[in-house]
Amino acid sequence: MKLDAHIPSGPLTQKWDQHRFDMKLVNPANKRKFDVIVVGAGLAGASAAASLAELGYNVKCFCFQDSPRRAHSIAAQGGINAAKNYKNDGDSVHRLFYDTVKGGDFRAREANVHRLAQVSVSIIDQCVAQGVPFAREYGGLLDNRSFGGAQVSRTFYARGQTGQQLLLGAYQALSRQIGLGRVEMYPRTEMLELVVVDGHAKGIVVRDLINGVVTSHAADAVVLATGGYGNVFFLSTNAKGCNVTATYRAHKMGATFANPCYTQIHPTCIPVSGDHQSKLTLMSESLRNDGRVWVPKRKEDCGKTPASIPDSDRDYYLERKYPSFGNLAPRDIASRAAKEVCDEGRGVGPGSLGVYLDFADAIARLTEPVVRERYGNLFDMYERITGENAYQQPMRIYPAVHYTMGGLWVDYNLMSNLPGLFVLGEANFSDHGANRLGASALMQGLADGYFILPYTIGHYFASQKQTRITTDHPEFKKAQETVSARTRRLLAVKGKRTATSIHRELGKLMWEHCGMARSKESLTAALQKIPALREEFWSNVRVTGENGSLNQDLEYAGRVADFLEFGELLCLDALTREESCGGHFRVEHQEAGECKRDDAHFSHVAAWEYQGEGKSPTRHIEPLTFDEVHLATRSYK
Amino acid sequence: MNLTLKIWRQKDAKDIGGFETHEVREVNPDMSFLEMLDVVNEGLILRGIEPIAFDSDCREGICGACSLVINGTAHGGHKATTACQLHMRKFSDGETITVEPWRARAFPMVKDLVCDRSAFDRIIQAGGFVSVSTGGVPDANAIPVAKEDSDQAMDAAQCIGCGACVAACKNASAMLFVAAKVSHLALMPQGKVERERRALNMVAQMDTEGFGACSVTGSCEAVCPKEIRLDFIARLNREYGRALLHRGGG
Amino acid sequence: MIGAHGMKLAAQLFGTTLGRKYLMALSGAGLFGFTVVHMLGNLQLFLGPESLNRYAQFLQSNKELLWPARLGLLSMVAIHLWSAIKLTAENKAARPVQYIGDPNPVAATFASRTMLMSGLIVAAFAIYHILHFTVQVPEINFVSVDFKTFHVAEGAQKGFHDVYRMMVTGFQNPFVSGFYILAVGLLCLHLSHGLSALFQTLGLRNHAWWPLIQRFGIVASLLLFLGYITVPVAVLSGLVTATTGCDCCK
Repeated sequence: MKLDAHIPSGPLTQKWDQHRFDMKLVNPANKRKFDVIVVGAGLAGASAAASLAELGYNVKCFCFQDSPRRAHSIAAQGGINAAKNYKNDGDSVHRLFYDTVKGGDFRAREANVHRLAQVSVSIIDQCVAQGVPFAREYGGLLDNRSFGGAQVSRTFYARGQTGQQLLLGAYQALSRQIGLGRVEMYPRTEMLELVVVDGHAKGIVVRDLINGVVTSHAADAVVLATGGYGNVFFLSTNAKGCNVTATYRAHKMGATFANPCYTQIHPTCIPVSGDHQSKLTLMSESLRNDGRVWVPKRKEDCGKTPASIPDSDRDYYLERKYPSFGNLAPRDIASRAAKEVCDEGRGVGPGSLGVYLDFADAIARLTEPVVRERYGNLFDMYERITGENAYQQPMRIYPAVHYTMGGLWVDYNLMSNLPGLFVLGEANFSDHGANRLGASALMQGLADGYFILPYTIGHYFASQKQTRITTDHPEFKKAQETVSARTRRLLAVKGKRTATSIHRELGKLMWEHCGMARSKESLTAALQKIPALREEFWSNVRVTGENGSLNQDLEYAGRVADFLEFGELLCLDALTREESCGGHFRVEHQEAGECKRDDAHFSHVAAWEYQGEGKSPTRHIEPLTFDEVHLATRSYK
Repeated sequence: MNLTLKIWRQKDAKDIGGFETHEVREVNPDMSFLEMLDVVNEGLILRGIEPIAFDSDCREGICGACSLVINGTAHGGHKATTACQLHMRKFSDGETITVEPWRARAFPMVKDLVCDRSAFDRIIQAGGFVSVSTGGVPDANAIPVAKEDSDQAMDAAQCIGCGACVAACKNASAMLFVAAKVSHLALMPQGKVERERRALNMVAQMDTEGFGACSVTGSCEAVCPKEIRLDFIARLNREYGRALLHRGGG
Repeated sequence: MIGAHGMKLAAQLFGTTLGRKYLMALSGAGLFGFTVVHMLGNLQLFLGPESLNRYAQFLQSNKELLWPARLGLLSMVAIHLWSAIKLTAENKAARPVQYIGDPNPVAATFASRTMLMSGLIVAAFAIYHILHFTVQVPEINFVSVDFKTFHVAEGAQKGFHDVYRMMVTGFQNPFVSGFYILAVGLLCLHLSHGLSALFQTLGLRNHAWWPLIQRFGIVASLLLFLGYITVPVAVLSGLVTATTGCDCCK
């Protein structure tokens, strides 16, 4: 298989403009003849569904939540980047492009990233026009802040709830189209199979979560905007419902999965408190603007109350190791540094898996009311979860899985190797390389949905001779039977373990063997253990209830089954990428504790092709070329 | 700590339903309420009993999925806290806790603690948006918005659509929910253009869904996890009155 | 007659919950105005028979104004009552199932939860009150006299109905006075919530004004209560008598 990214020719800065002109258009009167299925209703899915409906396409949108407003984009706190240069501090499209490529450790496509930086400015315009209440200055214009290691203030925000406000903007645009009858919305409906006819994606099979009825939906194109796979680690900052099922089942139908080993660990999460833990909660990265990260210099001091440890016995390790970025070092670097000190036995709190994020200096410098004004809601959230008052004692934080840069492979048009299957947002692999910068996820999701897919999908429609497929096609029957058979099989095991306990075990295994630090040894071990755990699942899982009604146990077990296969792919990718880059840290490849890339051998995208059950997937390569950006070692010292 | 749970079970929309009692042993005070239910559910599954169905997703208080009435109060009655953010240290050893679903005609029952809140979506579909399509919008800074207005709009826009306001109101009124969206958009210049249509259409849909009226008791404000204030309801009333003055009946 | 636009407007006012709340608030405001004026009229008792009777004669001799005023009042009562009953029925239907958990309603005051009850009792009293002092049915005054036989014996109002004597005699029965005080108490309880709620319903407030409005509601209700009960209290305590009036006030 040859992966052709279809990157337009011409100078980088003109590629997108030229491409927009070169793409074929669908006559306005003909748009209503095309049906599009959008799976997922987060930022990418809702914005795409709304924009496509506005253009005149017939759209069906599916989500597993009870309302499209609940997609996990809603939980993003910090903000959204855009190269507006409103602050006059030297930002530009090129700088945002450069920062994103560098932040991604030179493992993203230049052309995609440049386009992302270009359309970022339109996103802000669009959201403001929708009435998103971004933070403003007294003059009435938009406020910006610097975020996550950026040296310019380009982040637009709405308190600590930027994701929520942007999602509600997209949700409202989608709701408007639903109200107008242009989008048919299917909440509480889960996609369980992709239907491919003659190599083209032609529809999906879904299960109605309320009554278990399995139905088929045919369309001229299928758009997956189903988010990331962070929950393969069981504990992550993802919502409980986030899963890999839609993308993984598309993968099994032939869509290649790119760079699954690129996972982002966020440094500022609330540590695990016990075995009951169901998820981890992120504390906004903005806390690192004023908080100082430290651990005791000596192991013996770890049990002491933080106040009793004098400054001279504290190790402000980020400030020590990265004097120019200090506590604002990028996510992957800050996370690994935390792991390092905890591995040395200098962690604090339960299980010694935590570091302090201390606001004492900030309170002394700014006064408590100012700190409260800036971070009050985060301090409140911390207190609700831990029962501790962070004004009086330092917070405890620890890294947690947060975002996955890998995803289904897509070309410049956001189309996967299966024609007619488009993948948007976190579900694709496209723009963040091996590490995502803060406030860039919202940007990418909305760029894909509002400003990229609406053009490229038209080009696909206009350049294909369309064959109309109905759900009577045998491929639909086959897919429906696959779904029903899987459900029957899950209910029939009647074993002695819950899906949760197996998922938890998988997560622990993944975290220990393929988490913040990976080695050939650990990955090989994981690749042996995962199939055994999968075997355990299929022979010993207990799924209660029946198919014919709301059965959350059954839904969940199906998702765990996919994680059990996908986890193996993730580890395999991590094993074969014999270098360290961004969120992928191989202990064999480091230089003084930092990532050591191998550009000679690994400056490429690895896209995996499914070969069938029990067979090893095939690794395909899309080489990455850098014409504009000079490959350099990423340094934040 | 040990607890007794008195929990609502209902097989489906047609079932009459009733309370079931569960003894829960060795509850870790650091658990969230939902994690405690997870533990109960794991125990049930191992005994081959269907687990208690309840909605939850983000578990960090922002998606609005969780919807439990705990000891008679929506989300359990702690300031600005959703059920998923409520931790067991707020309860005492030996306590009996009742857990019920949202109760409102407009939120029909689905199963156990799960109800159908799609009425909220339909209210938004009736007018809770600014009618702009993608593209063709002015530069973001071309529309100045007074910081005070923007901040107030954000206060209202924070609504997570959980429905606790409806659940707590003796009239199962959705006024706080509708008011939050109407106020958010009416406070922004972008939303002012179609404010009258919006107020009339959303109110009409709210009535169609079968929510009750506001008796200004303030229960909604008290349980709202995002602390959305009652003055937004006054603003909705004002917007509605304004619509009658400017547009008549629409 | 009212045209298509008028029909639409009427459909909004009478057909939506918000419209009905508007009607209720506006009629409530009108009735509140009446209670204030009525109280001021009552308090003239303390100025002696001549003042009070002059005022009574002034009211009753202008039939062209009296009847429109009475009809206006009656229609306000009708609208207030109709919207109250209709809204309450809808509100009850909107919440068909109650919670069994701790039944303490969050934040809602006693007054706010008992508006219909207090209102209905006051309405029942008003009927009695009209039969008692306006229609002057002898069988229900429980003082065994016919108020219609009271005429002013001397002065400018000579020969006119002696309202002063009727009031003093009427309140001499402690049960009649007791019922009156109870009803006025309930009215003021009703107003303690209703007054501020009407500002809320008409949208005439924001967070800065709200505490002030709430305080106004309570203080105004309290003053009304005191103003109304001084009459029966003064009569029962013998401070005013059927012939002399109040010495200290004259």
